[in-house]
Amino acid sequence: MNSAAAPTPATGGADKRVIDYVNASLKRRYAAERRFRALGLTAVALGLLFVTVLFVDIVSKGYTAFQQTYIELAIVFDPEVIDPEGRRDPEALQGADYAKLVRAALKAQFPEVTERQDVRALSAIMSPGAPQQLQQMVQADPGLIGTTRSVWLIANDDVDMVAKGQIDRDLPEADRRVDDRTLAWLDALTAKGQLKKGFNTGFFTNGDSREPELAGIAGALAGTFYTLLLTLSFAFPIGVGAALYLEEFAPKNRLTDLIEVNINNLAAVPSIVFGLLGLAVYINLFGVPRSTPLVGALVLTLMTLPIIIIASRAALKSVPPSIREAALGVGASPLQAQFHHVIPLAMPGMLTGAILGMAHALGETAPLLMIGMIAFIVDVPQGFTDPATVLPVQIFLWADSPERAFVERTSAAIMVLLAFLITMNLTAVLLRRRFERRW
Amino acid sequence: MNATAEALTGDTGAMSAADLSNRTDLGATVGDVTAKNPRMVCRAVDVYYGDKQAIKSVNLDIGHNEVISMIGPSGCGKSTFLRCLNRMNDTIPAARVTGSIKLDGREILDKGIDVVPLRAQVGMVFQKPNPFPKSIYENVAYGPRIHGITNSKAELDALVETSLTKAGLWKEVKDRLGEPGTGLSGGQQQRLCIARTIAVSPEVILMDEPCSALDPIATAVIEELIDELRENYAIAIVTHSMQQAARVSQRTAYFHLGDLVEVGETDQIFTNPQHKLTEDYITGRFG
Repeated sequence: MNSAAAPTPATGGADKRVIDYVNASLKRRYAAERRFRALGLTAVALGLLFVTVLFVDIVSKGYTAFQQTYIELAIVFDPEVIDPEGRRDPEALQGADYAKLVRAALKAQFPEVTERQDVRALSAIMSPGAPQQLQQMVQADPGLIGTTRSVWLIANDDVDMVAKGQIDRDLPEADRRVDDRTLAWLDALTAKGQLKKGFNTGFFTNGDSREPELAGIAGALAGTFYTLLLTLSFAFPIGVGAALYLEEFAPKNRLTDLIEVNINNLAAVPSIVFGLLGLAVYINLFGVPRSTPLVGALVLTLMTLPIIIIASRAALKSVPPSIREAALGVGASPLQAQFHHVIPLAMPGMLTGAILGMAHALGETAPLLMIGMIAFIVDVPQGFTDPATVLPVQIFLWADSPERAFVERTSAAIMVLLAFLITMNLTAVLLRRRFERRW
Repeated sequence: MNATAEALTGDTGAMSAADLSNRTDLGATVGDVTAKNPRMVCRAVDVYYGDKQAIKSVNLDIGHNEVISMIGPSGCGKSTFLRCLNRMNDTIPAARVTGSIKLDGREILDKGIDVVPLRAQVGMVFQKPNPFPKSIYENVAYGPRIHGITNSKAELDALVETSLTKAGLWKEVKDRLGEPGTGLSGGQQQRLCIARTIAVSPEVILMDEPCSALDPIATAVIEELIDELRENYAIAIVTHSMQQAARVSQRTAYFHLGDLVEVGETDQIFTNPQHKLTEDYITGRFG
């Protein structure tokens, strides 16, 4: 390189000007930039590709779960079966043998079926939950007794799978789950318009069940709601308070440094360790009831705290010190300066951190398994100390179940979970965008 | 003047005026550090940032109903000294202040003193206008509210109006008190900060280069305001502009590398400085 700093246009000719060197290197530099941009684009494209593949896989497997097969039968609400004493006693109505009514209706539909084996196979096309449907109808309106109504009853999960085309009809009968005569009955019902697929409201209103057609995520959703609510109420104040203390009031010494290092480390601890901690300390030592949203929230709080503390500290640091000085200058105490001026300005960042922390907690399964939320719980929890499960654990349990129908329901539950996560993250991004640079 | 220098330094040897004007050492302060009606009295004030000494044994009075300006080259410690007066240096962990600073006879550097009421009595206007990101009304009302100065909303409204009027801002903002303070122009923001400061009725107002971020017209408005405020407050102003010091202040103090080199009436400092360093600075030889 020429040692002369200034280009020398006057001399030109034999001397190489600085600008010539610059031009010569330009090609190489631009090529390097193009390569880097291409690499970046490839990385982004790959990432998007994987996400798309994931979504397409889950949605294609799960969207059918939002429909459920129903079969229409003419039910005779026989008073002899439901209420032989005729007193309309609620207990009698509750305990009556509604399955008999279903079987009777099926017999009326297919009078040619007489063999005991065949009769049993015929009843099997209805869900074990169909009698309960009738029970609920009668309990709601005892006036039905003595009448004959057409009722759409839930079909069994095998029938559901056939209707959705999940069971291959072309396989030889021995390899198929549903035999030929059942298929014949189903085709007959379909021809008469007595078999349809309707919206699966049970998916959102029922708790867990061994029968796929009766299983729903209501219990898991309620459990998730209670758990996250408690987690937020514990983690947010503690996290913000800790961040505030570390940022504003803690003396700058070794102890504070140690605390900071440990908080950052906590964020990297494997989540199952928190589950073990919850089991050993909360359940065994303090006797918190196992498998409840309360203990789940306590464990998730520990996991979410580092995220909230780190995000809150960043938010507090980003408030210009001039605001704090101005507040101190008019005679505000340090705490007043923080609460009246700094925190309102840092709040969007803190909220973003809290929402991200909650989204993180929403998807956690491992720690909750350790504290017992893996139990099979049928009832929808009503409070913080009722046994409950959360959505990720529900997905885990269903993924383990053998029935074919659970495959689509697992994917559908995953879709619901993803919808929540996307909504929460989107909210966090929008919040951040909206409150940025308000001053 | 000489007698006072003697009394402070214990130097009984008589020094002629000629000797003084040739002094280039940073010994005792030249000139009368006292004020006629002192509000704040500072004696032997030292400030250390860690091991580095930023202010060396400064004696100075801040007088009532007068403006004292502190001038000097960059890094000479004038802002540091100003911040001692309302203990804003407490917010800097490495800063250490020793000596004696008395506000109306009460020592403020004691460990036991509550700085919160101190800062209500000694207000500060900063270099870069920093109104709260709240409404104009809230900016002015915040101080009185947290100190409990007023008893009712009506009183608070009246106080806000008075403060904004005194700061020369009322006419411009009276129809938009609910708008954010940060939406005003630079000069208006600084006047809002002044209104905020005087709303808590301080006794002393400290101003740290209040006009350095403003255009000449806004500067002129603020300087006029300072002159009006002089009637009710003691004002200490740090400024980089000697012209501003000459326009606005009655006394001037010249700082150099942490020492208070010379103090005196503004006219005298700018026309007939006693110390050589002062003369060099004023004539533009450095700084």
